[in-house]
Amino acid sequence: MSNPVSRIPSPGAQRIDRRFAALKAAGRTGLIPFVTAGDPSPEHAVALMHALVESGADLIELGVPFSDPMADGPVIQHASERAIAKGVGLAGVLGWVAGFRQRDKDTPVVLMGYLNPIEIHGYARFAAEAVQAGVDGVLLVDCPLEESAVLAPLREAGLRQILLAAPTTAPARLEKLCEAAEGFLYYVSFAGITGAARLSTTDIAARVADLRAHAKAPVAVGFGVRDAESAKAIAGFADAVVIGSALVERLAGAASAEEIAARVAAFLRPVREALDAR
Amino acid sequence: MPEIRDFHAFPDAQGRFGQFGGSFVAETLMAPLAELTEAYLRLRKDPAFVAELDRDLTHYVGRPSPVYFAERLTKHVGGARILLKREDLNHTGAHKINNTVGQALVARHMGKTRIIAETGAGQHGVASATVAARLGLKCVVYMGATDIERQKINVYRMKLLGAEVVPVTSGSKTLKDALNEAMRDWVTNVADTFYIIGTVAGPHPYPLMVRDFNAIVGREARAQLLEQYGRLPDVLTACVGGGSNAIGLFHAFLNDRDVRIVGAEAAGEGIATGRHAASLAAGRPGVLHGNRTYVLCDDDGQITETHSVSAGLDYPGVGPEHAFLKDAGRAEYVGVTDDEALAAFHLLARTEGILAALESSHAVAQAIKLAREYPPDGIVLCNLSGRGDKDVHTIAAREGVQV
Repeated sequence: MSNPVSRIPSPGAQRIDRRFAALKAAGRTGLIPFVTAGDPSPEHAVALMHALVESGADLIELGVPFSDPMADGPVIQHASERAIAKGVGLAGVLGWVAGFRQRDKDTPVVLMGYLNPIEIHGYARFAAEAVQAGVDGVLLVDCPLEESAVLAPLREAGLRQILLAAPTTAPARLEKLCEAAEGFLYYVSFAGITGAARLSTTDIAARVADLRAHAKAPVAVGFGVRDAESAKAIAGFADAVVIGSALVERLAGAASAEEIAARVAAFLRPVREALDAR
Repeated sequence: MPEIRDFHAFPDAQGRFGQFGGSFVAETLMAPLAELTEAYLRLRKDPAFVAELDRDLTHYVGRPSPVYFAERLTKHVGGARILLKREDLNHTGAHKINNTVGQALVARHMGKTRIIAETGAGQHGVASATVAARLGLKCVVYMGATDIERQKINVYRMKLLGAEVVPVTSGSKTLKDALNEAMRDWVTNVADTFYIIGTVAGPHPYPLMVRDFNAIVGREARAQLLEQYGRLPDVLTACVGGGSNAIGLFHAFLNDRDVRIVGAEAAGEGIATGRHAASLAAGRPGVLHGNRTYVLCDDDGQITETHSVSAGLDYPGVGPEHAFLKDAGRAEYVGVTDDEALAAFHLLARTEGILAALESSHAVAQAIKLAREYPPDGIVLCNLSGRGDKDVHTIAAREGVQV
């Protein structure tokens, strides 16, 4: 698949690439927290994003709530349901990114979610609004490479399409994914839904080493990273670590901006320290 | 859309029916779907597999099912002849078994030892538990908690057949949520597990495979009509939730351009009330459960909760081939309300001695409307997709009767 983004520089594309280049230069492993936009509270959505950065996030994955999150486990599904019940939608999420950008011009933001909200919003309209808001990339769980022709307007607008690779991915497909990778390649470290199961570190290490040798973008590892210890185990062989369900679980029910910031710090700082202590 | 010459040429190799269909799934499912596609495309051309399936359909399912002239119903309505394709007479009481027998054979050929399924009304769950028991496979059925409540008899039937029924309490606690949960199970247990999807939705190759296994309904009916009446029907009708019984009847007739095709969706309390499940009549193109199709969703793209008196039609999406037939102008899709379906249920019971499933009662209601549009020598062929025993409690409760 052709990849026009790599030829058309855009602020968003540069933001993700610049961040990974800086991490590499400093010899650090990137920390990518995932939160569901609007959970635990829509009023503090922007404050939560700043709190993530203050506690060591290098890039933010912001989940766009969807009613039928097929690939997610119960933790993220319930976070989505809570957010939707409070009226959170794509327009609101883009507004929060724009709000975040008023103070933070450097931390890349990737929207993670499912295709239908964007399909209904309209691909071209979404692309324009997302770039305007300061979004840098999208990770659409139910849009594999084979179906990504519909995302052409997003790529043309300069948004990176973050692709996923999995332990079940066949070698021939892995080659295609490595070739098409932009921004970063997200390696799902086990065959299951988000937030379940255990890692087999040696197994993942071999797969990720192979991916890093071939992929045209850095490799982030996620799905099943729960704490400082499991993050550290991965840090040795990945460019970045994604941490989602465990964080979302910790944030559930936090009522004030202070409490959100405190919970983020308590959870994320030890992870950051573990990654840096390597 | 360009003129379609051959409706039997779909889907293409990517599982697309025009702009609909495809494989909109997480990366973790791409490999198992590729494995399934490869196995199924090989088996559907394998004479030994086809012969094995034919034997099961004849001796286990009880095919062919008759085409029955509903003479007293026809007289009562006072229009064209109403013929019923009696899928309610199959083993387990619905068309669903055509598909599960086929998929279970595919599972066995692929060496899988565990079957999972989602179910709404429970008919597909029962049909899956049935074939799993027969082949000695472990079976887990995901079912929305709301549906478990309104289909207790079928839940118990599944348990009697040795299946584990897992209640799904997320979202609207109905069919769509059961499908989400089954998909999650599959992602986690792909090595030994075969997912029997019960309708012509989901990612490629399911819409193709489930259609193929149900297409026997239309093939038989077409031959039966030619043999018994010397002609094809004027119009076909069937109920459409996910759309498997409907595509089963329609498919053999798609290239018979003179045969009109009408799908009956669940209009619930009326499309204007918003409490319905008419994805084609009132929805818009979107992406749900692995394919692009018509869906019911709000302006934020969130899938909306549906309503129908029949659990089997209570689904916010629809098979992509139906979306394609609608946009190609080959089939019409109209809404039938809860009340209309119930009236048809009672009328069929009193005039013909047949208790139809609430799902199928939507098709009967539509057949009655269509019969009035045609002269007495016309023929309306209606798919009576399932029997109504499972719905007796629902109907009694709705009509304030203590059973």
